[in-house]
Amino acid sequence: MSYVAIADQHAHLHDPQTFITKYVWSQDHKVIAIQYMVTAVAVGLVALALSVLMRLQLGFPDTFHFITPSNYYQFVTMHGMIMVIYLLTALFLGGFGNYLIPLMCGARDMVFPYLNMLSYWVYLLAVLVLIASFFVPGGPTGAGWTLYPPQAILGGTPGADMGITLMLVSLAIFIVAFTMGGLNYVTTILQARCRGMTLMRMPLSVWGIFMATILGLLAFPALLVSAVMMGLDNLLGTSFFMPAIMSLGDQTGHKGGSPLLFQHLFWFFGHPEVYIVALPAFGIVSDLISTHARRHIFGYRMMVWAIVAIGALSFVVWAHHMYVSGMNPYFGFFFATTTLIIAVPTALKVYNWVLTLWRGDIHLTVPMLFAIGFVFTFINGGLTGLFLGNVTVDVPLSDTYFVVAHFHMVMGVSPILVVCGAIYHWYPKITGRMTNELLGKVHFWCTLFGTYAIYLPMHYLGILGVPRRYFALGDTFFIPDSVQTMNAGITLAALFVAATQMIFLFNLVWSLKHGKKAEANPWRATSLEWQTPDTPPRHGNWGPELPVVYRWAYEYGAHGGAEDFVPQNEPPRDGATPAHGHDR
Amino acid sequence: MNLIVAFAGIVAGILVWWLAVRRLTTRSWEAQGTYDGRDSANLMGIEPARIGLWIFLAVVTSLFALFIAAYSIRMSPQPQQGVVLRDWRPVVEPSILWVNTALLFVSSLGMQFARNAIGRGQVGRASSGMLAGGVFAVAFLVGQLLAWRQLQAAGYYAAGNPANAFFYVLTGLHGLHLTGGLVVLCRSGARMSRPGVSPGAVRLGIELCTVYWHYLLVVWLVLFGLLLIT
Repeated sequence: MSYVAIADQHAHLHDPQTFITKYVWSQDHKVIAIQYMVTAVAVGLVALALSVLMRLQLGFPDTFHFITPSNYYQFVTMHGMIMVIYLLTALFLGGFGNYLIPLMCGARDMVFPYLNMLSYWVYLLAVLVLIASFFVPGGPTGAGWTLYPPQAILGGTPGADMGITLMLVSLAIFIVAFTMGGLNYVTTILQARCRGMTLMRMPLSVWGIFMATILGLLAFPALLVSAVMMGLDNLLGTSFFMPAIMSLGDQTGHKGGSPLLFQHLFWFFGHPEVYIVALPAFGIVSDLISTHARRHIFGYRMMVWAIVAIGALSFVVWAHHMYVSGMNPYFGFFFATTTLIIAVPTALKVYNWVLTLWRGDIHLTVPMLFAIGFVFTFINGGLTGLFLGNVTVDVPLSDTYFVVAHFHMVMGVSPILVVCGAIYHWYPKITGRMTNELLGKVHFWCTLFGTYAIYLPMHYLGILGVPRRYFALGDTFFIPDSVQTMNAGITLAALFVAATQMIFLFNLVWSLKHGKKAEANPWRATSLEWQTPDTPPRHGNWGPELPVVYRWAYEYGAHGGAEDFVPQNEPPRDGATPAHGHDR
Repeated sequence: MNLIVAFAGIVAGILVWWLAVRRLTTRSWEAQGTYDGRDSANLMGIEPARIGLWIFLAVVTSLFALFIAAYSIRMSPQPQQGVVLRDWRPVVEPSILWVNTALLFVSSLGMQFARNAIGRGQVGRASSGMLAGGVFAVAFLVGQLLAWRQLQAAGYYAAGNPANAFFYVLTGLHGLHLTGGLVVLCRSGARMSRPGVSPGAVRLGIELCTVYWHYLLVVWLVLFGLLLIT
C-alpha cells in the first residue's frame, strides 16, 4: 500500500554528506529539533535576564539607576514576548514537535524535510530581528507584550521609533516560520505514521502537539493581520486601529480607527496561544506520568477528547482578556460562560493524571518530579483562572499582581516545568547520555519552591490592589509599606530561581561529555522513540525496516514476563490478552 | 465579531466532524494485535503535498476571513465617547477591476486546461495551458497595479480613509499570494521544460497549482464582491 511509500522514503532521503549538511543545513528532523531547542533556550535566557532586571527594580527601587522607566517597560515587553512566542511556542512545537513526531509515529523523517529546514532558519531570522531591536535607536518597544494601540506606536512610548516596527516584522517572520513547520507536523502525523499506528494508538504527546499545531495554524493569522495593520498605521499613517488623538501636544493624522478591533484580533490569536503552549505540555506530561508511574494513562480516550475539546473551545473564549476594555455585558456573560466550560475538559485531564498516579508504581525520577510539580502548579494556576474568568471578580483584579501571578503559574511555571521534565526524560535518547540525577533533583526542588516563593505572595499583592506594569509604586494610600518588603522578598526568590537554572544548563552541558552512558530504553518506556536500533537514533531513524505497531503506547504493569511493560512494536504472543483489559 | 465567532464555529465543527469520522471511539487498549488495516496512515492514498496544500489553504482562509471580519467590524459605525463616528467613505471601485476579474478567470481556465491535458498525458498542451495561466495571472497583477494608480490619481490615499486603506491591504494581500503562486508555477514550468519529461513527474505540481489558482480566484471573487457591495 502507498503508506509505506510515504513513511519509508529512505531511498531518496537527503542523506547528509558533509559536516555542513549534517549539522548546519540539515534536513534531519532531529538536528532541526536540536537547533530549535538551543535557539529557543538561548533567547529564553535573554528573557530570564530581563525578568531579573525587572525584579531588581521592583524589589529595590531607587537603587539601580541604569534602569529607567523606559528601560523597565522595554524589559517587561520583551520578557513577555520572548517567553510566550520565541521560547515556549518554538520549543514545544519546533523543538519537541520536530524531535518526537517522526520518532513516535514511526516515520523516517518529516514529510517535507526541506520546508522543515527552512522553517528553522526563518525562525532564527525572526529571533535575530527581535534581538536587533535592542540595538536600534530608541531600543526595543516598551508597549507591553500585547502591543495595544494607540500607545504602542505613539511617540513617548519607548521604542516607538524603530523598536515597534522591528517587533512587528519579527512576529510576521515568526508566523511564516511557524506555518512552514506546522504544515509539516500536521501532514506528517496524518500521512506518515507507520503500519498499525492508528490515531487512537498515538502517544498523548503527539496528540497534544498535533492539536496545538492546528490551533497555531488557524490562530497565528490573527496576529499576522493585526501586525500588518498596525505596521501600516505606523508607517503609512492609515487609521485601522488609531483613533483621532493628540500625541505630545500635536494632533496626529489618524482618525477614527478602532483600538478595540486590535484587541479582538490580538486575543483571537492570544487565547489559543495559551493552549498552543499548554496542549503539548498536557500531552508530554501524560506520557511522563504514565511511564514513571508504570501504569497505563487513566482514560486515554477521554484524554484525547479533552485535547480536541479544549482546542475547539479555545477559539471562543478570547474576550475574557478584555472584560475591562468595554464591551456589551451580554458578551461578557457569553465569554465568562465559555471560559467556565473550557475548565471542564481541563479539569478532566487533571483528574486523569491524578488517577494515573493512584496505586501506580511511582518512581520519583527527575522527569517524574517535574511532572508532578506541573500537575500541582497547574491546579494552582487553574483555580485562580476561575476567579479571573468571571466578569465581576475579574474587574477589580484586572491589571493587578493577581493576574501576573495567575498567568505565570498557569502558562509560565507550568509549561517550563514540563519543558525541564521532558528534557530530562528524552535527554538520554537525544544524546546517548544520562543527566546527573542529584543535580536534577536540586534543580527541581529549588525551582519548585523558588517559583512558589515568587508567585504565591503576588496573589496577595494583587488582592491588595497593587497594579502590575508599574515602574515604582510611590506613595499610594491603599498600598501599605509592607508591600515593599514583600516585593524585596519576591526579588530575592526570583534571583534564586534564575541562579538555579544555571545548574540545569550546567547539567545539560556537563552530561554531554561526562554523563553515564544511556541504554536504549533507560526508562523502560513503551513508545516507539525508545525502540530505535541506535541511541541516539541515526539518520532515517529505523534501520532497514520500519517498525510495525501492535498496541497503544501505555501497556505498563505486570504481564507475567520479565518486564513490566510491552513496547508498541513487540509482536503479540499467541493467546496473550491485554493486561488490565477490565479496569479501564 | 460575530463573523469571528462564526468562523471559529466552522473551524471547530470541521475539526470535530473529521475526528469523529476518524473513529475517535476506538478502545485502543483492547484493540491489541496486528494491524487491522482499517486506519491507514495515508489518508485514502493522497500525496502528502496535496494534504499540505489543503492545510495551507485552511491557513490562508483563516487569514482572509480575519481580514474580512476586521473589515466589517471597522466598517460599522464606531461609537467613541458617546459619539457615533461615521467616517467610512466607500471607495468607488475603478472599472478596470472588472477587466482584471476576467483576466484572473481566464488564467484559472488556462490552468484547468493544463491540468486536464496532463491528465491525458499531453505535456505540450499542458505547457501551453500553464503558460497561458501564468501570463494572464501576470496581466491580472499589472491590472491591479493600474487600479491602484487610478485610485491614487483620484485622490483615494491609503491614509485618507479606512475604506481606502482596506482596499489597498486586501488587494495587496491577494496579489502577494498570487505572486507566491507564480513562483511555484515557474518552478513547475522549469521542470516541464526539461527534455523528455514524463507526464507523471510533473502531474502533481500542475494539479496543485491549479487548485491554488482556483482557490485564489474564489478569494478574489469574495473580496471583489465585498468591495462592490460596501
